[in-house]
Amino acid sequence: MSTFSRRDFLKGTLAVGAGLAAGAGAPSVLTAQTKAPVKIGVLHSLSGTMAISEVSLRDVVLMAVEEINAKGGVLGRTIQPVVVDPASNWDLFAEKAKQLLLQEKVATVFGCWTSVSRKSVLPVFENNNGLLFYPVQYEGEECSRNVFYTGATPNQQLIPAAEYLMSREGGGYKKFYLLGTDYVFPRTANKILRAFLRAKGVPADSIAEEYTPFNHQDYQTIVGKIKRFAAGGNAAVLSTINGDSNVPFYKEFANQGLRSENAPIMAFSVAEDELRGMDTSALVGHLAAWNYYQSVDAPQNKKFVQAFKAYAKKTGLPGGDKRVTDDPMEAAYFGVYIWKQAVEKAKSFDVDPVRKAVYGQEFLAPGGKIKMHENNHHTYKPVLIGEILKDGQFKIVTRTKGLVEPEPWSKYTSADKGCNWVNHKGTYQKKA
Amino acid sequence: MRRLVFFAVGLLAWLAAGAAGHAAPAAPAPAALGRVLVDLAGEDPARREAAVTLLGETRDPKWLVFLAALREGSVYARTRGGTLELVVAGTKATRGDQEVVDIRSAYERAPLGIVPLAGLREVPADRRLRLVIKPFLDADETRAQLADPDPAVRRGAAVKLGNQADAGAAAVVEAALAKEPDRWARRALTEALAQIRLAHGAPEARAAAARTLGAVHSMNGLPALQRLAGDAAATPAEREAATLAVRQIERWTLLATAVETVFQGASLASILLLMALGLAIVFGLMGVINMAHGELMALGAYATFVVQNWFRAQWPERFDAYFLVALPVAFVVAAAVGLVLERGVIRFLYGRPLETLLLTWGASLIIQQGLRLWFGAANVDVSSPTWLSGGVPVMAGVTFPWNRVFIIALATVSVAVTYWLLFRTSAGLRIRAVTQNRAMSSCLGVRAGVVDAATFAFGAGLAGLAGAALTQIGNVGPSLGQNYIVDSFMVVVTGGVGKLAGTILAAAGLGGLTKGVEPALGAVFGKVAILVGVILFLQRRPAGLFATRGRHADA
Repeated sequence: MSTFSRRDFLKGTLAVGAGLAAGAGAPSVLTAQTKAPVKIGVLHSLSGTMAISEVSLRDVVLMAVEEINAKGGVLGRTIQPVVVDPASNWDLFAEKAKQLLLQEKVATVFGCWTSVSRKSVLPVFENNNGLLFYPVQYEGEECSRNVFYTGATPNQQLIPAAEYLMSREGGGYKKFYLLGTDYVFPRTANKILRAFLRAKGVPADSIAEEYTPFNHQDYQTIVGKIKRFAAGGNAAVLSTINGDSNVPFYKEFANQGLRSENAPIMAFSVAEDELRGMDTSALVGHLAAWNYYQSVDAPQNKKFVQAFKAYAKKTGLPGGDKRVTDDPMEAAYFGVYIWKQAVEKAKSFDVDPVRKAVYGQEFLAPGGKIKMHENNHHTYKPVLIGEILKDGQFKIVTRTKGLVEPEPWSKYTSADKGCNWVNHKGTYQKKA
Repeated sequence: MRRLVFFAVGLLAWLAAGAAGHAAPAAPAPAALGRVLVDLAGEDPARREAAVTLLGETRDPKWLVFLAALREGSVYARTRGGTLELVVAGTKATRGDQEVVDIRSAYERAPLGIVPLAGLREVPADRRLRLVIKPFLDADETRAQLADPDPAVRRGAAVKLGNQADAGAAAVVEAALAKEPDRWARRALTEALAQIRLAHGAPEARAAAARTLGAVHSMNGLPALQRLAGDAAATPAEREAATLAVRQIERWTLLATAVETVFQGASLASILLLMALGLAIVFGLMGVINMAHGELMALGAYATFVVQNWFRAQWPERFDAYFLVALPVAFVVAAAVGLVLERGVIRFLYGRPLETLLLTWGASLIIQQGLRLWFGAANVDVSSPTWLSGGVPVMAGVTFPWNRVFIIALATVSVAVTYWLLFRTSAGLRIRAVTQNRAMSSCLGVRAGVVDAATFAFGAGLAGLAGAALTQIGNVGPSLGQNYIVDSFMVVVTGGVGKLAGTILAAAGLGGLTKGVEPALGAVFGKVAILVGVILFLQRRPAGLFATRGRHADA
């Protein structure tokens, strides 16, 4: 593993080096060269089990940096990314975060995917007053002063998806099978979904909940159960199954004669990047809920997708111009721009002024305009339901009107809690 | 002619839908339609909704295509010569500094040329309108599926229509039933028809429908039957028929679940057996703890991937045959790598299990990393041939997936061939001789080195075969081997090292047990329970199910 990661890392740094060299040649940034570049950290696993997902985030962050540098950097200083590899090892995440903050003295960090890695670096960022942009949809119930969450909170993904399935347009489903891999995100997600469904009048015996271990391959029993649960129609599956187990699950589902018309699967963890390595024939027609798809029809998205493919080809990333973009990648990408805008507004690279400047910051992201929340460190985003197509892309079937406000504490499970860093000190008790 | 009738019906419906002011007597059809389209392009949401309903109820395929276009937001309005006209937009392009679009007429889809987008006004489909359109499109799609060439699609459509229990669909289902050749699709249609009648028929018809549902063991009809059985407003005859049907179906469900569980156990057992067979030979017979066994499986899986890509590029019309070619290729590739491994390094370390363990572990890392460098870290996509997709319904409520049936067959054949090779051929005799007493066999003229190499290659080849089979049920990635290596060792150790029969029995036992406890305990605790069970078992019988007795020269 280490051979690959080092090689990969070298490629990354070389690419950045090339980008810097190219930038240095352009006359518009000659002035920038008089000031030292500003360092930022990139904290994504480049080896180990999470490399499959996280490498793409590193790629897209480096691309954003290259774009910004080509236009003269931030406050006249070029950005110098420091890429480290925490190797899917949660302890190493904390160690590398410490190295970035204390040794490299980076202005901000873009990183993490799994919740356990985020929880592991949280004390490091809080004790050293660092800044982390976290780009992945997660289970919520967190409100850190030192983290900006550019991915979705549960109410920006789970609830609209369930609402859609219950609506007439979505099929008016009345029974729900909550299926997930056994770790914190699916457990919390299903807790919220169950509370939401109960609040909407779905009786308890119309909700089933089930978990499988990581890398589970044999879904015969579970699909058999779903078949009996779905008999009579009106049942949908809400799936938080993690990447690797999806192919065996969908294949078994199709092979036992279940079809998306009769029992659709709404997935919360299947995006374009995962679909790259799958035989999609069994997945076609099933649904997913995200805040962005590569198929979003907007000029800035076409530019983003093309730019990323060109970037992947130019820097010799594996996959080249066959690479795709997806929701976490978009969130990682616009995170860099949000930070740049905040720095420019604050006219400083220091964490405290930048943090305050992030509040309310708007940006035309590839998927549409997004806005940082005024006080809870999360992001206003649109929610899109997509149908999986044969080519591994999504057909968008519905999108919310406008942006959905982020709720780090779900009103269905933690109605008494709120998150606010302007009028309160983070998480606070709401008065009844 | 049909269209005219549609228009007349449509017009009546539209008049009834609240256009009371326009008491014009049977206006010419196009004019009525014109009004509908004007309404659609207008602002009044109620009128727009009525217009969509009217168009949808014609069930005219061309209008349904138009509604689909409206739903996707590609319908535009333009005024030409004082009259309003609705057009459907095709591909957009930029010509000079203005956007132009290719338009067609609303109903006939006649091309109307390429016009600037600025001259058109979009007819928006808001959420409310989309909600009205969707059921028409869905109903149409489902009905069209009843005539699909694939029986599985027809079955799915029948199930959907039955679950919707829409009275209007009864005639369609009946017509489809009359000409349905496939037994299982016919069953689904019968079930659907009974479900519809149960929902809408007269009391006698409902009782008859309940009896039909009971007779076909309809799991889909169960919720409705349960409601009917407890419905105080129903006649006693209906209630009785429903209660009886519920009992019949519930009994059948028990039987179906039992059959399903046995099949699932057999399927898991065959997968475990296929994975463990090669290991049973190299570990059981040769005493090599082969940590690279999983990576040999991964090699087989990647060989399948390469063969698939080759077929896709060279013989797309023969694509379905790729898997039959991939099986021997996977065997040969893994066997060749196994041979290199054995001749290259392992043969120097026979009788030193700890060193071979370390060595094969190193080899596994090298192979894994090699795969990652060559094919990339992401999973690769191996498509199932059509003959391994879908399943065969064996009884009401039970479908055996083809890929699992195939793996059961493959495992059976592999075990049979292995047995034949070991116990019915002279090569097998030599293998057993070397296994039992290497020094003595050498003395008697058996070339132990050649036998070792051949045995190891055969075991490795079986691993490759298992890898090829696994592509049909799971992911193919560089770390594929690590997902399966633990299970493989568990089977071999539980079965007793050195005994093929033990491996077979252990695979069957572990597979059956896992599927037996999983419905009750769930996948997570099921796995825990099985591991605890294996630990306790090995505490009692450290040598596994079948302990090897007698003297072992190398042990």
